[in-house]
Amino acid sequence: MDKKIRVLVAKAGLDGHDRGAKVVAATFRDAGFEVIYTGLRQTAEMIVKAAIQEDVDVIALSVLSGAHMTIFPKVLKLMKEQGMDDVLLTGGGIMGEQDMHKLQKMGVGRLFGPGSSLTEAVAYIKDWYTSRRKK
Amino acid sequence: MSDGKQKWQEAQLKAPTRNAKFITASGEAVEILGTPDMLKDFDYDRDLSYPGQFPYTRGIHPNMYRGRLWTMRQFAGFGTPQDTNQRFKYLLKNGQTGLSVAFDLPTLMGRDADDPLSEGEVGVCGVSISSLKDMEVLFDGIPIERVSTSMTINSPAMILLAFYVAIAEKQGVSLDKVRGTIQNDILKEYIAQKEYIYPPAPSMRIIVDMIEYCTEHLPQWNTISISGYHIREAGSTAAQELAFTLADGFAYIEAAMERGLDIDSFAPRLSFFFNSHNDFFEEIAKFRAARRIYAKRMRDKYGAKNERSWLLRFHTQTAGCTLTAQQPENNIVRVAYQALAGVLGGTQSLHTNSMDETLALPSEKAVKIALRTQQILAYETGVAHTIDPLAGSYFIEDLTNKMERKAEEYFRKIEDLGGVIPAIEKGFFQREIARAAYQYQNEIERKDRYIVGVNAFQDENEKIEIPLLQISEQVEKQQVSKLKKLRQERDNEQVNHCLDALKKAAENDLNLMPKLIACAKAYATIGEMINTLKEVFGEYVEPAEF
Repeated sequence: MDKKIRVLVAKAGLDGHDRGAKVVAATFRDAGFEVIYTGLRQTAEMIVKAAIQEDVDVIALSVLSGAHMTIFPKVLKLMKEQGMDDVLLTGGGIMGEQDMHKLQKMGVGRLFGPGSSLTEAVAYIKDWYTSRRKK
Repeated sequence: MSDGKQKWQEAQLKAPTRNAKFITASGEAVEILGTPDMLKDFDYDRDLSYPGQFPYTRGIHPNMYRGRLWTMRQFAGFGTPQDTNQRFKYLLKNGQTGLSVAFDLPTLMGRDADDPLSEGEVGVCGVSISSLKDMEVLFDGIPIERVSTSMTINSPAMILLAFYVAIAEKQGVSLDKVRGTIQNDILKEYIAQKEYIYPPAPSMRIIVDMIEYCTEHLPQWNTISISGYHIREAGSTAAQELAFTLADGFAYIEAAMERGLDIDSFAPRLSFFFNSHNDFFEEIAKFRAARRIYAKRMRDKYGAKNERSWLLRFHTQTAGCTLTAQQPENNIVRVAYQALAGVLGGTQSLHTNSMDETLALPSEKAVKIALRTQQILAYETGVAHTIDPLAGSYFIEDLTNKMERKAEEYFRKIEDLGGVIPAIEKGFFQREIARAAYQYQNEIERKDRYIVGVNAFQDENEKIEIPLLQISEQVEKQQVSKLKKLRQERDNEQVNHCLDALKKAAENDLNLMPKLIACAKAYATIGEMINTLKEVFGEYVEPAEF
């Protein structure tokens, strides 16, 4: 049997808006992923540590407070320091296209803004996982 | 069944039906037609009565909007206190009648601008306030005797109130003339918005302290705005919003009564805050049911004798979660319908969202259109000329009754769990809301529910062409350096002395309000006051469930 894709759904910083993170976590679980949810108010350090401990394939970060340009780069930097090159950092929240492009240039995966389809998010992670294993 | 009804029933069942789910925004089946047999037990005087009369189903004032229109109150705040001060002056100049302050996340969480966890959040989703110094700038040139101010803040609410009291004194306004509202609704933070700091028990004590203080010193101040808005935004159904909000309200009332306060001394200053979502009739039924349930409980269960204690006064905000990032101009139309539902539901004040809010904080142009939407509603459509025009509609009265019954069922469930706080600790509300949010999203994914521009009628290659408000990184730098300066220039001995007195009051169950006002005047920061109280009260951590 195939190994389940392991995803850490994470909320960082002071932002408490967890509707999206919870809906995404439940969707991933129903899609057959192994989901770990961090709960609220995690620092970048805590998130990366949890990702290592739980040996996840994907970190899905939810930021709705406008602090995405601070939090995503921080998590990404720590992941690089830890040599987590085979882990995908993706996420979603309220962020403009320009910011999304900037983050993707830095090495963050696809980002999902308001109105995104969950089916697409699931497909994206599955595709990423399959293509990574082919390497 | 009458002949006519039978004939109609057969005919409508035979008629071809379009392929759609006929459910409300909350996923409830909708009756195809209102009929007299839905209201067999209907008693006009008992169930509706006249506006301004018990149980206030039709409204709380005898002449409603003919006396005074609803207050048009746009929530605003971003960047530095100077930035928001300018936006306030702009809104007042454009005919807005009350102020409503949006704070940034560090302020909402009781952290100073230079706290490590504040990095990247300063001034981003609201105005940054760390001390009375910032508050002085925020209200510079605004005579608070002439405006009413609403402050959306919860965990550090009593600190912001202490700042406001200090401002009033500086402007020479006597406290009995100070008008406004502070959200101060901590229960819905545990339930939905998650901006809590302390555990529930000390948080409730703080709120009762504030009620006690305001009842004596600030008679025109609304002490809690008991909020369903965030519960709905977190994904609840309309009935859950109604039931959980009222249950929270009753929990505050019981806590204040346990302190020995007379219900009629504080209940008239409690107000409510509801969401106005997409489903037009469901929302109107919710507002009407809320007034009726509240009046009955206040009079019959809690024994309030003052008629003003029976009145459920409420603010409405259109539903932020219904706005779409795609084709954002369509949001103007959504907001207009939602605002109409609020007005037909008898709201006392209204915030209309701006079309660009799923993308960023609203631009000046978007805010102006949102305000103009209310003005068109008030001055052009004629809906404010008459009161509760949907009353007596079989469909609406049936929907109102169903809303009330569903709320009562939830009240029983909450009671079985031991009350609101035990239900929070058991994760009951959080699970109910998460389940409803998941179901709603699945309806969209399956296209059982259409969202125009999102899963239907999409524009391919859409380019968004509305100006977005950008918050400069300079805001954080400025706020941090101002704070550094403040810490150097103030009398630090005095600050420490005030913080010690605050801690002692917390330990000895004394009312915290006077101590906080003293701290505020000594220019102690929010973070210093919050952390002092953390030493006594501890911090709350929620179990991570989904």
